[in-house]
Amino acid sequence: METLERLLLGHKFLAGIDPAFGRLLVGCARNLRFAPGQYLFREGGPADEFYLIREGRVALELHAPARPPIIIATLGAGELVGASWLVPPYRWGFDARATTDTRAFGLDATCLRAKCDADHHLGYEMMRRLLPVMVRRMQAARQQMLDVYGHTSA
Amino acid sequence: MSARLAPSPADPMRPAPWRVRAVRRETADVATLALEPLEGGVPGFAPGQFNMIYAFGIGEVPVSLSGDPADPTRFVHTVRAVGAASAAIVAAAPGSVLGLRGPFGSAWPVDAAEGHDLLIVAGGLGLAPLRPAIYQVLAASERFGRIAVLYGGRGPAELLFRDELAAWGARADVTVAITVDHADPSWHGHVGVVPALIEHVGFDPANTVALLCGPEVMLRFTATTLRAAGVAAGRIFLSMERNMKCAIGLCGHCQFGADFVCKDGPVLPYDRIAARLAVREI
Repeated sequence: METLERLLLGHKFLAGIDPAFGRLLVGCARNLRFAPGQYLFREGGPADEFYLIREGRVALELHAPARPPIIIATLGAGELVGASWLVPPYRWGFDARATTDTRAFGLDATCLRAKCDADHHLGYEMMRRLLPVMVRRMQAARQQMLDVYGHTSA
Repeated sequence: MSARLAPSPADPMRPAPWRVRAVRRETADVATLALEPLEGGVPGFAPGQFNMIYAFGIGEVPVSLSGDPADPTRFVHTVRAVGAASAAIVAAAPGSVLGLRGPFGSAWPVDAAEGHDLLIVAGGLGLAPLRPAIYQVLAASERFGRIAVLYGGRGPAELLFRDELAAWGARADVTVAITVDHADPSWHGHVGVVPALIEHVGFDPANTVALLCGPEVMLRFTATTLRAAGVAAGRIFLSMERNMKCAIGLCGHCQFGADFVCKDGPVLPYDRIAARLAVREI
């Protein structure tokens, strides 16, 4: 448990977090490994765990009939996978698939939500770390929508 | 930190005839041409500079040099067919003759970046104007700190210089990361915008020089990401693109605030132009 706590607090997403919060978080965490092609979660499934990638790469995908999955983005070491665990009804809005051997921390969402409800300082700390990630991803998605490389010359 | 070099011809408005020696098709609408002069020798150039290339009877367009500045035998240009003149240049066959004026404009501050970590960030066709700088840097990589080439493209089929990117990526002295906005099933690399690659590269923000080239939207977001990471605005350099016509600062078509992109640019430091990038009217 001590090793898991040390490793978890060494993750970029939790860099500099109050050790007291770290001790709360580690009680909700576990070590996970995903083989290439293995899904962390599928669209519509219960968002009961989210992930902090330690090594490897994860593709966020949407699927449509009669065509290959559409990869929205890939995420790598130091990044967080999944925000639907925060938003009722707690269902994933896309697929997440490991594209390489991937090691990650899984954080039990029910456990963490309960701790955030019980300790609003922890809840605020998690929100101030999550919100910039979500905003960066929203801005990145907007840039992808612009299709900026389609109309340029040099 | 950006250098400015004078155009070489006595009359900078007179195109000289250059023969197309070789053509390489890079993508469906992009070609790389090797050109040799019919008159005189090949002028020297600095990475980041451009030439005006004239498809006789059709039109003239500015095109950055994309070859090795240490190669004294030819000019290399990578061109995308986006209009009548550029389409004619892309379609030029080996042996045909094009008009050429230049080189013009400011250069990437490669020499001044020695001793620093170096981030080279390219989007789409923007890798072409940065390739001469990459050649120069990799020829003397021991003079720099950590070197990273970050490249983003629309999709795998639109990526330039993939063989060279693979060769650079295999070197121990440079980190290469490539991402695409839209992946197809053949693609197993990163998917996402190029600024997102920055957080995965090791560099010391207080001692980093960044060279950026690509669509202006990509430049803005990349520069913002670098600033948020702590890179000084005066150490971020962007290659700007405007409607360059005369290439010598006379006609005013490429005016960008207080600068003419052809003469004062195309390579400009971010601290000088950051405010202008937010003004849509210019």
